[in-house]
Amino acid sequence: MSPEQIAEILKARFGDAVIAADMGAHPQVIVAAGHWPEVARFLRDEPALGFNMLRSITAVDRPAEHVLEALYDLLAMTPPEGAPDGYWTARHAFAVRIRVDRGDPHIPSVAHVWPAADWHEREAYDLLGIVFDGHPDSVEDHDGLHPRRILCPDDWAGHPLRKDYVFPIEYHGIPGTTEYETPNPVH
Amino acid sequence: MGWIENRFEEGLIVTSLDWALNWARQSSLWPMTFGIACCAIEMMATGASRFDMDRFGAGAFRPTARQADLMIVAGTVTYKMASRVRRLYNQMPDPKYVMAMGACTVGGGPYFKHGYHVVKGVDLIVPVDVYVPGCPPRPEALLEGLMRLQDKIRRQTIARTRPGEVGSLLQV
Repeated sequence: MSPEQIAEILKARFGDAVIAADMGAHPQVIVAAGHWPEVARFLRDEPALGFNMLRSITAVDRPAEHVLEALYDLLAMTPPEGAPDGYWTARHAFAVRIRVDRGDPHIPSVAHVWPAADWHEREAYDLLGIVFDGHPDSVEDHDGLHPRRILCPDDWAGHPLRKDYVFPIEYHGIPGTTEYETPNPVH
Repeated sequence: MGWIENRFEEGLIVTSLDWALNWARQSSLWPMTFGIACCAIEMMATGASRFDMDRFGAGAFRPTARQADLMIVAGTVTYKMASRVRRLYNQMPDPKYVMAMGACTVGGGPYFKHGYHVVKGVDLIVPVDVYVPGCPPRPEALLEGLMRLQDKIRRQTIARTRPGEVGSLLQV
């Protein structure tokens, strides 16, 4: 199925929840955050679409637009016919982009739709600070209820891949470098 | 510090005993099976047949810190890993030695400026005896570092010394 057809199906079914479509080199639609779980369930369960695999979640910080993004790369895989030891083959691929306000970034979790989303959402929270509501591995602390961190230590402050992240001068008594005195090093 | 070090006054007849002890220690350095990042690949190559670290008595990689004499910190030490490295070091029996392998453990390496999560040198966490620079160091470099460590062990004495003095096992 072509990306245009997939976008048409989604628009016909969800209307205004599909905000925009981009049929460029990386075909995708932008979906409103509040409708994302039902769109996700439809993408997975509709036989014509059958997106049974979540390849990755990419999170992007866009401070100029005051937006945090999550890009979900989906793949529809067909099981081998007949021979149980055959290869799965890819039918089609698509992507969904969710854009949320940078000041209060909340996206509903889809870990119950694709279990692969569990760790990807934890990583997106850890590094970019997007809070995935309803995540199965959530903890509550002074930052509120959010997915557990996956790479940084549990007591880490801030989200390192945000553009305005300030580097720590020291961590538990271990000094950093004086280079950190410029809070935002020029790359 | 072991039970015998730092008990005898200088000038007491310990030179032959020193020689025997140091010979035994330098010839049976047991490293810990402990690799953090890409340097560990070179460390494994050093231990394997082509470079054969066992020629120098350091081929018996021990799976527990309690049996190890030498900690080769092979790879980037992150802040999250720092407390674990420190604990492993504390679990090793005396006399113990630490080799910082690779640019990351020597001083942060490529992560020095932009690595928000990297310890800028493992010597901020544990005392280091030998630094082996490189990214990663060739196995020959690691063997060179091992031989420099053996030189250091050969100069040790069990006579009473002050911290930092040549041959002293006491930490400054």
